[in-house]
Order: sequence, then structure tokens, then C-alpha cells
Amino acid sequence: MSTYDFRRRLVNNLMTILLVGAALAVMAPLGIIFFHILKMGAGSLSLDFFTQIPKPTGESGGGMANGLAGSAIMIALASCFGLPVGILGAVYLNEFGNNRFATAVRFSADVLAGIPSIITGMVAYTLLVVPMKGFSALAGAVALALIMIPIVLRTTEEQLKMVPGTLREASLALGVPFWRTSLKVTLVSARAGITTGILLSIARISGETAPLLFTALGNQFWSKKLNEPMAAIPLQIFNFAIAPYDDWHRLAWAGALVLVVIMFTLNLTARYFGRSRQ
Amino acid sequence: MSDMDSAPLTDRRMIKGDAIFKGVILALAGSILLILLIMMFEMVKESLPAIKKFGGRFLLGREWDAVQGEFGALDFLYGSVVSAVLAILLATPLSVGAALFITDIAPRKVGNVIAPIIELLAAIPSVIYGLWGVLVMAPWLQQSVQPWLIEHFGFLPFFQGAPYGVSMMAAVFILMIMIIPIITSITKEVLLAVPVSQKEAAYALGATRWEMVRMALIPYARSGVLGAVILGLGRAIGETMAVTMVIGNTPQISLSLLAPAYTMPSVIANEFAETTSKLHASALMEVGLILLVVTLIINIMARLLIWSVTRGDTGARA
Repeated sequence: MSTYDFRRRLVNNLMTILLVGAALAVMAPLGIIFFHILKMGAGSLSLDFFTQIPKPTGESGGGMANGLAGSAIMIALASCFGLPVGILGAVYLNEFGNNRFATAVRFSADVLAGIPSIITGMVAYTLLVVPMKGFSALAGAVALALIMIPIVLRTTEEQLKMVPGTLREASLALGVPFWRTSLKVTLVSARAGITTGILLSIARISGETAPLLFTALGNQFWSKKLNEPMAAIPLQIFNFAIAPYDDWHRLAWAGALVLVVIMFTLNLTARYFGRSRQ
Repeated sequence: MSDMDSAPLTDRRMIKGDAIFKGVILALAGSILLILLIMMFEMVKESLPAIKKFGGRFLLGREWDAVQGEFGALDFLYGSVVSAVLAILLATPLSVGAALFITDIAPRKVGNVIAPIIELLAAIPSVIYGLWGVLVMAPWLQQSVQPWLIEHFGFLPFFQGAPYGVSMMAAVFILMIMIIPIITSITKEVLLAVPVSQKEAAYALGATRWEMVRMALIPYARSGVLGAVILGLGRAIGETMAVTMVIGNTPQISLSLLAPAYTMPSVIANEFAETTSKLHASALMEVGLILLVVTLIINIMARLLIWSVTRGDTGARA
């Protein structure tokens, strides 16, 4: 073997080792974070977490029941605003998508998806919190909806594109009006993939904190109305993590574990739907 | 006469239904365009008082005094740019290496397990990274890493001062950890889009695996990888929660990585809910506007680059 060949092999082996090292270096911190969430979260989780609201400083115990409820309410409300816009907007792009206007809509959606979520929160603040003269769950839900829309729009359009044109033509040929064809044939055929997009968008907004900071604001207690500040799990994790109390830190870890479990469940379910489509 | 009229009536109703439906979906699609325009408009409108009052001084000024009504954002700009750029510099080689490992080195089974895990990690909310950063990583940096750096490299300007834990260094590390999954999974997609014929050609000429990577894979995927890196940069600059929790939130420009700093999203997160004056709110809006413009430019660039390789749509998720 010539020295040249030897050097080539050496470099090849060296680089292989480096790439394996890079992969390990990438997995290590993520593994450590995951380990800590599991360990600290499982140690702090109890039934109280799901039934109690946070105790005042100094008292131990308490839970994040109001945050769980607040997150659920705001996600549901955001879905009411965001899903129709995202899904039906995608129907438009799919049916009439070959013009400048549609290109502009697609571009806007991609731009929206890249805007830092804290800016979405600022805009929701000026548009809703200022005129309504107070922080509110409603403003929080609108901010979350704005984050949801581009995700749902683009994933839904991708899925609608895959519905064979012959299916729609068959429906139209039977005399079914265009709007019924769109809703009952095209959308329904693509429902598995669309569900994937919806679940991923819900997973995404369930962890969003920044857009809620100046909209929902957070609440130590139960909120009864949508025009009041409302608690949310990510907000509580943030506030408790930066507070100097061990009891609150424990709650934050428990909240993080619950949030991660929710996210992973949503993501894995989404993957399942995404797979069964193919 | 009823027989004569019934068919056209149904037709008319059908056409009317279609017209309404078309109108509704057109309006909903249009509302997305409108949302973007309104967001831009609001950011500009609300920033105007600060823009008029301070002009270019805003970008270069270092005073941030809500009581005196004097606002300059240079310290935040510095914090954002330095933390994001350092995080990218650390994350890029690791991410590209990990992506190459998944696509070309690992047995397919191993790659098929690692890739979804990394994608799943990209979905973890930033507040959880922040929680880990402030409760686990920052104390570890303060007690172990930073004292060691001060002892051995304290003569360098980058490692001077007291070990606080919460610092520029903590922000860089947490950002690095957060953007690695994003860059890795997009780079993986880009590498998989390289035609197999390119790789086979390199192997046929007797290339070793690394030579194939260097001569066939990387040149073909270069602009897409660059796009992935720039997209990561956009994420890092806009990242709010995790950075706010670990960077120490002190407006200053220090060469030392051990010193606390402040970023644009962090100052908004900390001050916007309780502004002391209209001008204060407007100054924060202008910080937001700068952030918006920077991230828009970065994202558009990244998308064009990624698209040039994959020729497909990475969609809003990417």
C-alpha cells in the first residue's frame, strides 16, 4: 500500500470517528436534559399537581390545575380561530392556487411562520389588550391562533395536493356542487394528513410562552372569564423557574414533565396519522 | 310550469352555494396576507414615536433609562448578535456532523431511530430548555466550568470577571443545544436530496467514504446546508424564553463570556408588560421592529437556499 493510499484511509477513518463524535455530542446534552426532566419531574409530580392551584410563597405543595385548565381553554379557543382559517385557506390555495394572489398568501404564511413569537405577542397586545383595557385569555388565544395558522395552512395544502384530481372530477361529474366536493370529498380524503398538521400545530402552541407574556399574562388563581388574565402551563413554568423558591422549582419541573409528555403524545399521534396515510 | 323552472332553480342555488363558498375561502386565504400586513403596520406605527425622537441614535445609543426617557438599543443588539452567532458557530459543525452520521455512516436502522428522536427534540418548548438552563446548567457553569476557565484562561479577555453562572456563555450554550436539532434535521433532508448517482460516481472512481462526502455530497448540498444554518440563526436571534432565563438580563457590552448580557427579545419579554411611559413602550416596539426586520431577511434568505437544493417545499414546519 502506498503512503498516499495509507493517508487517504487514515483521513477517512479519522473523519468517520469525528462524525460519530459529533453525533454523540449532539445526543448527549439532549439526553441529559431529558434525564433531568424525567427525574426532577417524576419526583415532584403528585395528584395535587392536577387538582390544586399554586400555593402562596412559603407554603409547600400546590399544583398547576389552573394552568392546565387555562392552557386547554386558550388552545381550544385558538383552534376555533386558527383552524378554519388555516384549513379553508388551504382549500383555496389548492383549488385556485395558480395566481399571484395565492403566491402572496403562501409567501405570507411562510413569513408568518418565521416571525419570533414574542412579536406576535406584542401585536396581539396592541390590537386587543390596549383597546380592551386589560390582559385577557382572549388576547392570548388570538396570539396562539396567529402562530397556528401558517403551520395548519401549509401542511393542509400539502395533503390536499395529494388527493387525486380524478376523485374530485368524479364527484363533480355526478353533479355534486363544487363546495360540497371540496368539503366532503377533497378534505375528507386528506383527513389523516390534515389531522397530523393540526396535532403538530397544537403541540407547538401548547408550549408557547412568549406570546402569552403580554396577552394572557398568567394568573395565580382560577380565572372565570375570557376577558381576565389567565394562567397557562408554560407561563407558570417560566415564572416558577426564575423565582427563588425550591417549592416553586419543584412545581416547574412537574409542569415541564407534563408538558413534555403532552408534546410527545401529540407528536407521536401525529406521526401515526401521517404514516397511515401512505 | 313547475317542471320547467325547477331545474334552473336548483342550478341557481348550486351556483349561489359555490359563489358563497368561493367567497368564504378566498376571504380566509386573504386574511393571512392581511394578518401579515397588519402585523407589520402595527409594529411600524407603534415604533414611530421612538423612531422620530431618537432616529439613528437608537441603534448606536447605550443608554436605556425608562425614568429619564432615554433609549438606545446597542447593548441588546450586541447581546442578540453575539449570542446567536457564537451559538451557530458551535452548533454548525456538530449538526452537520450528526446529519452526515445519520445519512451516510450509521447503519440504516440506527439512523432511523436517531433521526425521529432529534426531530422530536426540536419540538420541546423553549421554556423547558430555559428551566433546565437556569436550574441545572447555570449552577454547573458557576461551580465547575467558569472557575476552571478563570483559573487556566483568565488572562484572556473572554474569561475575565466573576463566575455568575447566568451569563453570555450560558445563553450561547442553551441556544446551541436548542438549534442543533433544527439544523440537523434540515441538513439531513438536504443531504438525502443529493442524487445517489453523484455518490455512486464518487465511489466508482475509488473514493473513500470521506472523499465521497467531501467531493460529491458537500458541494451538491452546500447551499442547502447554508440555508439550514441561516434558518438556525433566525431561530437563535428570535429565541426569547430560554435566553431570558439564563443570560442574566444586564445591559452591557463585555468581551467576557462570563459576564451577564441582554438580548432584544429578552428586554421585550421583561419590560413590555409593565412599561412606564408611552415612549418606553414605543422604544420596546422599535426593538421588536428591528428584530422583525432582521428575522425576515434571515428567513427569506434561508428558504431560498434550502429550496435551491431540495426543489421542493419544506413547508411551514421547517
